[in-house]
Amino acid sequence: MTVASTAADAGLPDYVARQPSGFYRSVNPGTKLAVAALEVVAAFLLPGWVGPLLVLAVVLATAAAARRLRGLGTIALTTSPIVGSILLVNLFLLPGASDPIARLGPLAPTWSGLWFGLQTVARLMAFSLAIGLVYLTTAVDDLLADLARRGLGRRAIFVVGAAVQMVPATIERAGEIVDAQRSRGMDTEGRIWRRARGVLPLAAPVVFGALAEVEERTMALEARAFSAPGRQTLLRVPADRPVHRAIRWAAILALVVIVVLRATGRLG
Amino acid sequence: MAIELSAVRYRYAGASAAALVSIELRLEPGRVVGVAGADESGKSTLCLVVAGLAPGVIGGRLEGSVRIDGVETTATRPHELAQHCGLLFQNAATQLSNTTATVFEEVAFGPCNLGLPVAEVVGRVWWALRTVGIELLAPRDPTRLSGGQGQLVALASVLALRPRYLVLDEPTSELDPAGTLLVAAALARIARETGAGILLVEHKTDVLAQIADEVVVLERGAVALSGPAATVLADPRLVELGVEPPAGVRLERAVRASGLEWSAALAEAIE
Repeated sequence: MTVASTAADAGLPDYVARQPSGFYRSVNPGTKLAVAALEVVAAFLLPGWVGPLLVLAVVLATAAAARRLRGLGTIALTTSPIVGSILLVNLFLLPGASDPIARLGPLAPTWSGLWFGLQTVARLMAFSLAIGLVYLTTAVDDLLADLARRGLGRRAIFVVGAAVQMVPATIERAGEIVDAQRSRGMDTEGRIWRRARGVLPLAAPVVFGALAEVEERTMALEARAFSAPGRQTLLRVPADRPVHRAIRWAAILALVVIVVLRATGRLG
Repeated sequence: MAIELSAVRYRYAGASAAALVSIELRLEPGRVVGVAGADESGKSTLCLVVAGLAPGVIGGRLEGSVRIDGVETTATRPHELAQHCGLLFQNAATQLSNTTATVFEEVAFGPCNLGLPVAEVVGRVWWALRTVGIELLAPRDPTRLSGGQGQLVALASVLALRPRYLVLDEPTSELDPAGTLLVAAALARIARETGAGILLVEHKTDVLAQIADEVVVLERGAVALSGPAATVLADPRLVELGVEPPAGVRLERAVRASGLEWSAALAEAIE
């Protein structure tokens, strides 16, 4: 793999040789991924409330210091439909629950259902916010460059990068399609059943349009020597300081310990 | 040294009819060959065949011979072809790698794929940006450009591989007049300064009249007209073939039809 020894040696402009700055944003992307993996494992494998609440506290404190709380709030909001459905299902349908809060005709919400639902929601939030914090504090190209440096193949890197970058592009395209459908008289606002009726005319063009582009994108990549053998040249590699490496290995070690303790039944 | 197509017939995988039949074509370095034709006449297919992506990447059945500097495209791997013959598509957005933060890095994507030393990548990127005339765009986000700028970035990205030939599939089709002028001027400059052979598929015959040396008109996958650009673009059969003649030709016809005299001095003044 060819890597620029220094930006100045290679004649790279500053905006290419840039290194991220600021709390947590300057941490090596691989380290952030390792920490996020530990947080996800801890949220799901540590028993009771300890795991999810501990992870949420760490993630929120880190986000506050990195000034990314608002972004995390948006991510939390996007999970609200799943959160709502988890709460409802567990509140009314948790198997074996027999401690009703009240009777609503044939339905009986239970305390244990509510408790279990809230705990599941806490785990889900810990999971999504831990991943969201990596997304909010890491430039995609920094992440890809770091993965490439660690030996991940160019196809795998491209899939990761294109998938992440596709999110805003798809949202933008969906907005255009909604506007186009509205201009043709489709009602996309108001009551929920009206919105539901508009899902198919929205989803079909988004999905089929993306699929139709795949062939052209594939050919465009081949026209740019994507399938050339050997390692890609990396114009810039994110910094990986000793403290980043120490945190990364500590996170990996803690992750392994949690998994082993859980597998051997010592975590309850 | 040339791209040579001889008795080419190509059929897409799963299709019953051939998309190209009996194609004979020659593109030499430093020449611009324009390709025109109605929709579904085989123009885009011709681009894919010339660049070796059909059948190399998308499959299908190719008969006849497609040679780039004497080497059959079917015997060459896609990344090697990319260094001989660059291909630009209609839609600038689908040509972005979607993995870069700046135009500089986007243009560097191809040379980086080749594993070239960083200093050479940097040199090639600046050369491509200068040649296309978009050095000032280098720090910009490639996903936040106008259509014309995006197409120029895509063009620079292809150029950075230093191909001897360029195949351009309607590069101005999604551009407004200002964007079309930008791209046409860049193509004229590339042809003049780099000596690359350019195969330019284009609906806008004014662009062809401006920069093409020769023009080929396709009809149902076959060559219906070919020859020097000025001759073909003034051919009265052009309209029947679904191609609108350039504005200069239409004006001349209108002047003559109204009984006025068309003079060389008038043509020069209009140009």
